[in-house]
Amino acid sequence: MLKIENLHVNIGDKEVIKGIDLEIKEGETFILFGPNGSGKTSLLMTLMGFAGYTVTKGKITFRGEDITHAPTYERARLGVGMSFQRPPTIHGLRTRHLVQLCGQGDEVDVEDLSRKVNFEQFLDRDINAGFSGGEIKRSELLQLMAQRPSLVLFDEPESGVDLENMQLIGKVCRQLLDGRINARPDQSLKEIKEQSKTSGLIITHTGYILDYVNADRGQVLYNGHLCCEARPRDILEHIRTYGYQECVRCLK
Amino acid sequence: MSDTVKLSDFKFDGLSRDKIDDLSTLDAQDKETLIMSGVDVEDANRSGSFLQMDHSNVHCKSNDPGVEILDIKDAIEKYDGLTEYRWKLIDKDKDEYTRNTAANTHGGYFIRTKPGAKIEKPVQSCLFLKADQVGQNVHNIVVVEENSELHIITGCSVAHGTTSGAHFGISEFYVKKGGKLTFTMVHNWGSNVSVRPRSAGVVEEGGVLLNNYILMKPVKDLQMYPSITLKGEGARARFNSVVVAPEGSHLDMGNRVVMDAPDTRCEIIARTISTGGTIINRGHIGANHVPSRGHLECQGLILGEGRIWAIPELDGCLEGVELSHEASVGKIAQDEIEYLMARGLDEDEATSTIVRGFLNTDVMGLPAKLQKEVDRQIDELQKHGAM
Repeated sequence: MLKIENLHVNIGDKEVIKGIDLEIKEGETFILFGPNGSGKTSLLMTLMGFAGYTVTKGKITFRGEDITHAPTYERARLGVGMSFQRPPTIHGLRTRHLVQLCGQGDEVDVEDLSRKVNFEQFLDRDINAGFSGGEIKRSELLQLMAQRPSLVLFDEPESGVDLENMQLIGKVCRQLLDGRINARPDQSLKEIKEQSKTSGLIITHTGYILDYVNADRGQVLYNGHLCCEARPRDILEHIRTYGYQECVRCLK
Repeated sequence: MSDTVKLSDFKFDGLSRDKIDDLSTLDAQDKETLIMSGVDVEDANRSGSFLQMDHSNVHCKSNDPGVEILDIKDAIEKYDGLTEYRWKLIDKDKDEYTRNTAANTHGGYFIRTKPGAKIEKPVQSCLFLKADQVGQNVHNIVVVEENSELHIITGCSVAHGTTSGAHFGISEFYVKKGGKLTFTMVHNWGSNVSVRPRSAGVVEEGGVLLNNYILMKPVKDLQMYPSITLKGEGARARFNSVVVAPEGSHLDMGNRVVMDAPDTRCEIIARTISTGGTIINRGHIGANHVPSRGHLECQGLILGEGRIWAIPELDGCLEGVELSHEASVGKIAQDEIEYLMARGLDEDEATSTIVRGFLNTDVMGLPAKLQKEVDRQIDELQKHGAM
């Protein structure tokens, strides 16, 4: 699904990603750990192709296509979807309208999708205008459900979210990754699972999201380098006990 | 750009027009011009209509017993000079345009509700320049009596985009105790038209004035600065303007609200786009009593070339007033474009979606036909690559 080879990324003159190799397979969910400033968000921004993140070396392949230098909208149309941490407010653009646009020409049942994230009463508001932390997450999930990406990039699904919202967000995240959003009721769980081709790349600090999604693999990003591939729960346990000191030792 | 309109360039006499009993009998081109200004020629969805063409009032009719609509000259005659309302809020000697209009008033409307009357459908008016080089002087007076409600849609137009002309409009608004006036103005001038409205209003206790202004077409130069006084306790005013200035347009515009009583509130929101023209966007909120709350917003986008000069002013005269403003002049934010591109929109689609949102007029509560027309005008601007 996604293959990153020897990726180096600069912001201005500063190298923030220093040679990363990573492969995420179809249907696989990958968890990215790492302290603040380690380059996690930069990696997601680079994968989405935003201005300011310059790939100086290496290659990004998505579903067999080289997207290293592709414009953002082409990546989106190919099936990369991202949940923003701090999305901008766009005056006069109703949430309902944007969700429709996310369908990229496909008919979207906005009302039905919005019920899944408890967001019906926000549909006629300007997108992100005065949204709280939890509301932003629900709005982002709503847009992703309409977009139906085959790779979901999720930057800290738990940040700024209270416990009650966390449950809802975790559940919908899971559904999105399991491909169950548009599942037919007459399909068995096994069939659904077999059809699922949605992959995920999730950044987490707290690990709360691990209670909800079925994470396959995890790794730590430290100072622009990837290290310590392990089961996500084990990594989390280790970080909780020892912090990121171990990474410093490990990378020496 | 000179700020003065040379009156000797225009004809202020002799351009009379015949009465038109039924607006649907207008020729196709005039009809379309009117529709673009929010005028529904079918008349069925309106509580009344008023049409001023060049120097004559050609149509004046009320469909609702709760609202009186007269040509200003008839109103002056009927009400002994209309001294209670005429030239009360605006000084006759303010400038040469007011003097000229006072000396030679061609027409204009007098619209008054009955106390307590809630006029359901809007009253429409259009001030129309048809002859080339016409100078049009009108004086409008609106009186919303106690506890009554009224929506006026007024369009201003020229027959052809190339017609040259000048429009001078005096408007005085009176919203009495508990009254509510929604005043929606759509300007469709042309690139050879100079416009000098002079407007003022008072809102009494518990009264509400909602003012909407839309300008999407070129105009040579326009200068207006309606001034509203919230005179009674609990009075409110809200101004919403959406303005596009293409190359050649020079706009000096804004709103002034003086909160002259306790418990008053006001909001002035202007969204302006220059695609080559000049926009001076003024805003002034003064507060002389508490509690009072006012918010001013001047948001400007320069697309390509142009100039936007925002001048927001707040004048609080005692402790406890709450006044705020937000002003910006810039281009479309990159993070907004990238956000939409991450949803699959290419750069052009993202830009036009953002501009469309910027010009969103939902909050104005326009009638469906007019809303459609406004949307169509935005479409057209975007199609021709103007923005």
